[in-house]
Amino acid sequence: MSGPSTYVPSSAIGRWFESRLPIMGLMHGSFVAYPVPRNLNYFWTFGGILSFMLGAQIITGIILAMHYTPHVDYAFGSVEHIMRDVNWGWFIRYTHANGASMFFVAVYIHMLRGLYYGSYKAPREVLWILGVIIYLLMMATGFMGYVLPWGQMSFWGATVITNLFSAIPLVGDAITTWLWGGYSVDNPTLNRFFSLHYLLPFMIAGVVILHVWALHVVGQNNPAGVEVKNIERDTLPFTPYATVKDAFGLVCFLIFYAWFIFYAPNYLGHADNYIEANPLVTPSHIVPEWYYLPFYAILRAIPSKLGGVVAMFGAIVILAFLPWLDTSRVKSAKFRPVYRVFFWAFVLACVGLGYLGSQPPEGGFVIAARLLTIYYFGFFLVIMPLLGLFETPKPVPASIADAVLAKNGAAAQAHS
Amino acid sequence: MASASTAEPTRRDMLYIATGAAAAVGAGALAWPLINQMNPDASTLALASTEVDVASIPEGGILTVKWRGKPVFVRHRTKKEIDEAQQVKAADLPDPQTDQDRVKQSTISGAAHPEWLVVVGVCTHLGCVPLGHQGDFDGWFCPCHGSVYDTSGRIRSGPAPRNLDVPTYAFTAATKLQIG
Ligand code: HEM
Ligand code: FES
Repeated sequence: MSGPSTYVPSSAIGRWFESRLPIMGLMHGSFVAYPVPRNLNYFWTFGGILSFMLGAQIITGIILAMHYTPHVDYAFGSVEHIMRDVNWGWFIRYTHANGASMFFVAVYIHMLRGLYYGSYKAPREVLWILGVIIYLLMMATGFMGYVLPWGQMSFWGATVITNLFSAIPLVGDAITTWLWGGYSVDNPTLNRFFSLHYLLPFMIAGVVILHVWALHVVGQNNPAGVEVKNIERDTLPFTPYATVKDAFGLVCFLIFYAWFIFYAPNYLGHADNYIEANPLVTPSHIVPEWYYLPFYAILRAIPSKLGGVVAMFGAIVILAFLPWLDTSRVKSAKFRPVYRVFFWAFVLACVGLGYLGSQPPEGGFVIAARLLTIYYFGFFLVIMPLLGLFETPKPVPASIADAVLAKNGAAAQAHS
Repeated sequence: MASASTAEPTRRDMLYIATGAAAAVGAGALAWPLINQMNPDASTLALASTEVDVASIPEGGILTVKWRGKPVFVRHRTKKEIDEAQQVKAADLPDPQTDQDRVKQSTISGAAHPEWLVVVGVCTHLGCVPLGHQGDFDGWFCPCHGSVYDTSGRIRSGPAPRNLDVPTYAFTAATKLQIG
């Protein structure tokens, strides 16, 4: 979906350049004239927030890499050196470490937005799957980044996660040894994780470009979940409308982010990571970063090594199949009263799994984690396919303009 | 385009297939060094064995030594611990193995010394280091996801699939243990 191209360079140099490389026109068409549905709410500002966070992580990361030493004997010390000696080092590191958490806060809101408004449904399947790929790359990047400071949680987190691959029948041990470059997590592992931690964000940036491209081919979904029918009536130009809304959303988000950096910089981390890695002593209770906790709970809920690993990865991969698991013809949960209830139950189940992932795997915690794991998979594999057949949706507005007028009609009348 | 296809395979088709096959083999051969470089290097492989003096371990004590970057537990078992380990019927265990089988390398000048148990201190679930003298069988308990091992290092309950590994080792003298 592209709007009427209105871009005409105003200067002679601009026209000369444009006829040789039409990049300004591409930018103009994508971020200025691009038509956005006029009913977007603040949940649609998270794409812009995510792009900002990717840029922030890359900039702070490149700076950290100037002072960081990827060697088992020096890594922990070099992070302390960043914290104490490097000018503004504490600020850069806290911005990066909390930036990873904020990145995940934003991506979870962004994904739940998609789940609520049915943004994964036709024609946005490829767009959605590219998003799942970005999410997987983010998880890999965050995991390898957390290993770099070489604290106790870094080391034992790396040990537990790389050992997941040893559950694969026959080749598991060979794969684990290959990942480690030795017989345990050690210097070769730290070195390659640093190399890959530097690389993956740029791969994410590449997939983000494909994601935005796919978005601009099919157009944005919107809270009403009906497609744009009439560009004039249903949409507004990206600039200034979406630009300003995105900027405002971003500023609010940055206040939240800055609060963590300046007032609670270690709240989302774990104290044990300020103890240098010791391969002979496992901390009494290892937990991954908060953004992996629901998956960690699923891993531990299954009383079999291979089964746990399959369920954990399955919980992520299943997202890619969502466009075909949901059988409803209506996109937005606004018009799906029954789905809405199951959706919020799903959100609660994820939060509950996150809590259980942070608790020791004993007694009642394990039973609760099993029940929530069943709901997690049941939501995708049973509820989604069946609900589309049995639920009676509420009447859907004929167009985006109708949806807006139904909501703000009285006010609009008064002004005209 | 489609109208140009002929039913008969031509010499050109043959050349395409041969070229493609050669390119695939070449790409595979080129990929191998890029993949294999991540496997343990020569210096890592060279660290294959470690010597320990076990004289300092009292009866009932466990010494943790580092071998290939991992902990190895050398446990000087008491009579009671040995008896407990031997009395269990191997067939009833998740990973059936007799205690005799697990200490068969513990021989000093040909005589069996079941008081010495040598196991890799890495939980066979996801690799944490289990804690000694803990858990229902007073063997080891893994704090990560709750696997319980007995005084022979055999898995008794929890998610770990296998007994603690027994490395290759030998007593080169009465108190000199060589691991690896
Ligand atoms: C997708 C973007 C990224 C994410 C989610 C991410 C995540 C993380 C995390 C969670 C840590 C551990 C922080 C701590 O607890 O100390 C970390 C550390 C680190 N990252 Fe990144 N990172 C990203 C991009 C980058 C980039 C592009 C670079 C370099 C070019 C980089 C370089 C580093 C370095 C040197 C460290 C170690 C210093 C430290 O621990 O603070 N990161 N990263
Ligand atoms: S690593 Fe020991 S129980 Fe999971």
